[in-house]
Amino acid sequence: MTFNFAMQAIDQIINSGAKTHYMSGAFAKCPIVFRGPNGAAAGVAAQHSQDYASWYGQIPGLKVVSPYDAEDAKGLLKAAIRDPNPVVVLENELMYGVSFPSSAEIASKDFVIPFGKAKIAREGTDITIATYSRPVGFALEAAEMLAKEGISAEVINLRSIRPLDLASIIKSVKKTNHLMTVEQGFPQFGVGSEVSAQIMESEAFDYLDAPVCRVTGADVPMPYAQNLERLALPDAEVIYKQVKRVLNVE
Amino acid sequence: MLRSAALSAARRVSAQPRTTAVLGKGAVFQAARTMASAASSDTVTFEFGDKTFEGYNIDVPSSSITLTKADAISLYREMQMVRRLEMAADSSYKHKLIRGFCHLCTGQEAVPVGIEGAITKEDAIITAYRCHGFTYMRGAAPVGILAELMGRKDGVSKGKGGSMHMYAPNFYGGNGIVGAQVPLGAGIAFAQKYNNEKTCTLALYGDGAANQGQVFEAYNMAKLWDLPVIFVCENNKYGMGTAAGRAAANTDYYTRGQYIPGIRVNGMDVLAVRQAVAYAREYATSGNGPLVLEMKTYRYGGHSMSDPGTTYRTREEIQHMRSTSDPITGYKHRLVDSGVASEDELKSIDKEAKKLIDEALATAKATPEPAASELWDDVYVKGSEVPYLRGRVAEETHYYNVD
Repeated sequence: MTFNFAMQAIDQIINSGAKTHYMSGAFAKCPIVFRGPNGAAAGVAAQHSQDYASWYGQIPGLKVVSPYDAEDAKGLLKAAIRDPNPVVVLENELMYGVSFPSSAEIASKDFVIPFGKAKIAREGTDITIATYSRPVGFALEAAEMLAKEGISAEVINLRSIRPLDLASIIKSVKKTNHLMTVEQGFPQFGVGSEVSAQIMESEAFDYLDAPVCRVTGADVPMPYAQNLERLALPDAEVIYKQVKRVLNVE
Repeated sequence: MLRSAALSAARRVSAQPRTTAVLGKGAVFQAARTMASAASSDTVTFEFGDKTFEGYNIDVPSSSITLTKADAISLYREMQMVRRLEMAADSSYKHKLIRGFCHLCTGQEAVPVGIEGAITKEDAIITAYRCHGFTYMRGAAPVGILAELMGRKDGVSKGKGGSMHMYAPNFYGGNGIVGAQVPLGAGIAFAQKYNNEKTCTLALYGDGAANQGQVFEAYNMAKLWDLPVIFVCENNKYGMGTAAGRAAANTDYYTRGQYIPGIRVNGMDVLAVRQAVAYAREYATSGNGPLVLEMKTYRYGGHSMSDPGTTYRTREEIQHMRSTSDPITGYKHRLVDSGVASEDELKSIDKEAKKLIDEALATAKATPEPAASELWDDVYVKGSEVPYLRGRVAEETHYYNVD
């Protein structure tokens, strides 16, 4: 079962899970973790392939994290379980079979990743790409392609959707002067929209040499046909081309 | 009240001519259509065994069914078509022509075929993701179903829905989220009642979905307003990797409507399905409100292609069901024993079904993918679109010509 099916119980997650502590004046706590496969997936059409980050990310009372690799998955899930609040852990459906290098530190039973702390997945100086979950891999791939052309992209793995690590993005933008967000969710009211708005409200705005650029899923229900699905989801190629457009590089 | 409705239903079943699905299937199915004036020598009567039906707060349907020989043969032909269709889907999936999910109804063919023989084209059906057999029986051509499975332009949903989202006239899908189609079915029945139609809706769900809360909400409203809806639980004994008894506090699904009467039906017997649905249809369209039918059936394959289907049941069990309860083999013996058709006649039907599906598969494979512009079509009704929808980047924004 995936997060698509959790819509059957979204009232319990949002109206009960997220709000009970506040509504009860701290009388009742709700330490619960909702974890499961999140979209976008592949070849399963509109009802089974969508990203819930912005859905849950909007709700005060919830914490929302979305791991990219094995380190994230372990550290964020541990942190979620230890957190006294309701936490939504959005794991990408297509990442379960993917292997990543590990370490003794990651394997230790007390390895936790604090919420609200992004990870610089790749350092760079020309543009900041802020993303989360599976697209972190696409951004790293695009950064590699760009590096061959002398363009240095900094990739930020947000890890946490709520709270959002704005400080890390601001710091990076002050260095690169360009910002792109990448997600697989719908563009309207998405994670990229929120990052853009918060950057506009911050001191980083004065450091931007170009408008913030959003790369998102297309604003359509997910089509089944492979050629249409490809047009509905961003990949490394789209990110690569869009970075060059933002930097005005041929 | 219930008894008299039951009796009159049974009488009308035997008197009423039935047409089987004809749309889009070509001349080969013309013989299947039967006329009310068929002479008595053209009819055949079959008797049901004691355990074919079990009632809950209602009398069970008549223990014999009379239908024309042509009709009887048509049921056989359609089950073969559904099985061949699913075999084509299975092999296409294994050849990677089909992506994502694919839920086959192999073993359960008697349910869609028996239902269609008992209702009219004006009645409605809605089901979950195991929908290929229903889509075909509601009138979609095999080529449209196979093309949809492959995500092609000529698919019944233009390649946008895939295996789980197929539609046909008065067939409302093809729904992906377990159980969610049941309240939708009650809603369709509400519209039928509201519009004073003498029609009903069959809302199908599996034994797994039967445990969803919304099923009970739909039961309540359907009974409260006496909606003409027949809740049909296809109990194939296993949900997604789970035996029914591990998921349900009560596996007598036909009793789970509490205040709604129910009938358990041998869902491996196409005639029993047809008889029970005709009876239920008469009940529901006569203003008696909803009914629950439990079709005891069995799927030979896994829940979907990613489930081998052998971790929660034994291979011996599957083999046993295939050899003792197969809906097609069982019915074949009945037709031969009663002299309705010879082995050879049925064999030629088998061959014809294989040929038709093979041709449909070849045609489907040759059809192109949808045009890229299809990405933007049908998000909203043509002419009433929002001004624009954004693509992956701002430059890909699609603008509609809306005044």
